[in-house]
Amino acid sequence: MSSFSVTEPSKRSKWFAGTLVIVYALITMVPLAWIMLTGFKSPADAISYPPKVLFEPTLEGYVNLFTTRTRQTDEFLAANPPQTWYDEIVREYDMVIAGPSKFGERFLNSVIIGFGSTFLSIFLGTLAAYAFSRFKIPLADDLLFFILSTRMMPPIAVAIPIFLMYRQLGLSDTHLGMILLYTGVNISLAVWLLKGFIDEIPLEYEEAALIDGYTRFQAFYKVVLPQAATGIASTAIFCLIFAWNEYAFAVLLTSGTAQTAPPFIPTIIGVGGLDWPAVAAGATIFLLPVMIFTILLRKHLLRGITFGAVRK
Amino acid sequence: MTDTPATRAAQATPVGVARKIKGLSDRAIAWIFVGPTIFLLLAINIFPLIWTINLSFTNFRANRPNREVDYVGLRNYERILTDSDIWLNMQATAHFLFWTIFFQVLIGFTLAYLINKKFKGNDLWTTIIVLPMMLSPAVVGNFWKFLYQPQIGLFNYVVAFLSGKDPSSFEMLGSVQLAPWSIVIVDTWMWTPFVMLICLAGLRSIPDYIYEAAEVDRASKLRQFFTITIPMVLPFLMLAVLFRGIENFKMFDLVVQLTGGGPGSTTELTSINLKREAFEKWRTGYASAYAIILFVTVFGLASIYVKALNKVKER
Repeated sequence: MSSFSVTEPSKRSKWFAGTLVIVYALITMVPLAWIMLTGFKSPADAISYPPKVLFEPTLEGYVNLFTTRTRQTDEFLAANPPQTWYDEIVREYDMVIAGPSKFGERFLNSVIIGFGSTFLSIFLGTLAAYAFSRFKIPLADDLLFFILSTRMMPPIAVAIPIFLMYRQLGLSDTHLGMILLYTGVNISLAVWLLKGFIDEIPLEYEEAALIDGYTRFQAFYKVVLPQAATGIASTAIFCLIFAWNEYAFAVLLTSGTAQTAPPFIPTIIGVGGLDWPAVAAGATIFLLPVMIFTILLRKHLLRGITFGAVRK
Repeated sequence: MTDTPATRAAQATPVGVARKIKGLSDRAIAWIFVGPTIFLLLAINIFPLIWTINLSFTNFRANRPNREVDYVGLRNYERILTDSDIWLNMQATAHFLFWTIFFQVLIGFTLAYLINKKFKGNDLWTTIIVLPMMLSPAVVGNFWKFLYQPQIGLFNYVVAFLSGKDPSSFEMLGSVQLAPWSIVIVDTWMWTPFVMLICLAGLRSIPDYIYEAAEVDRASKLRQFFTITIPMVLPFLMLAVLFRGIENFKMFDLVVQLTGGGPGSTTELTSINLKREAFEKWRTGYASAYAIILFVTVFGLASIYVKALNKVKER
């Protein structure tokens, strides 16, 4: 493009636009930055007025997040000197660590259910997307639209029969139950996105492979899959983020063994009300992976969030 | 090579058919590939939907599974549609929908327009702006509750600092007037980037030569904005509104964490109300009818909207 192009914005308007966008970006980051800061505050600093930006950082919130603590008598404390750095932090409040909290377990549940459902959605979704993309399937358009329309149901509406069904089948509060449920919800997204990615792979590659004596399945496995790798990876991240963030089903259908982190984090309670530094610490650990994935995904973001309706 | 019927048949078989015999036929593969997905959708989406429809005609209560279930016909539907409390929930939902979409379109489009000026580093800032929408609404909503605390919360502090009011003089989540706006603010913070991204795609899809032609015709910048930019971005903007509309009609996690529907029922959106009926009052039959009504409403509105969208696209 020539530097005299009439469509190129002037320097001044670029500067003006840039300033406004940066100001917005900084303002919109404040709540997220505040979560991360609060995680390193002491409970007293967290609720001080005016809100503190500068404070002495402490890992108290993180220690409280991962442990349960009990208050002890002076004699007991004197007889048992603190062993580790986290013991010492807790000692300031005349407490000792009684054991691990449930956060680790809940986080692990999020990982298992997230990855399990993502793997299943991608596995089934890739096969279905390939079939929709390459073969004539009767009523394909109706089927695809139908797959999409299942996302219009409010999650609570879906949860009523699922709750009854899982109770009958013994799937309530199990990892398998949640993996199947999230796969059922995610598969529509996976099929739509993957079909878009596979549609973009030229047919000629497969035809050449078929003429060379590959079977249809070999052509799919050795030619199409490698070509679709980027698309599959970004679809997988979208499925993972959805399962990771999901709250409504998790809060209604799990209570113990299979409970994920989102319903758990708001219930973290310290002495005398909510322990905000611990909540913030939990939120930070939980949100950071998604932030990193979002940055990795930025090129395909638009496509994922619009079900492939908008492709850049 | 001997001339047997088998070898003759083999030579006469076209390559395509030979290929099919070697592996499975395309048709079989198609069904093997699509089958599991269809099965899963039937099990997780369709079967439950049919079950919900069935339940909606009964007085079943999930907390008393052994009680005899009576079919009550359309009575559940009748009671819901004539219940004035549910109309209040619908109004709360409409307020939420209207204002979140209004602010998100306004701010989202403005941001996209500014980013499209292609200043240095616009990619980096776009990525930063996008972050909130990818995060868990429940976890973020829970933390916003902290920001909204009257005495200690950052939000109240900033508003008080800017307006000179006492930070403990207003409660965003506790007051009947402010609570509906508190959820609009958080949703707007979270989802404006979504509208922005779609608008940005729209703006970038407009080819430069259209503006160049307009420039040759000496159309003013303002005129170009209203006759080129807006109409060309409109289909994208409408798509963004469709997505936000459907999502916010289903809104549950963010609001339930922020206000839990309160104070009173001022922010009790239909999804939260439905959860109360189904999982707190355990009126399963009634809640099923409610769910079906909501589904039909979203589906109906979305279908009409998509028709309008397609008309705009055709122009």
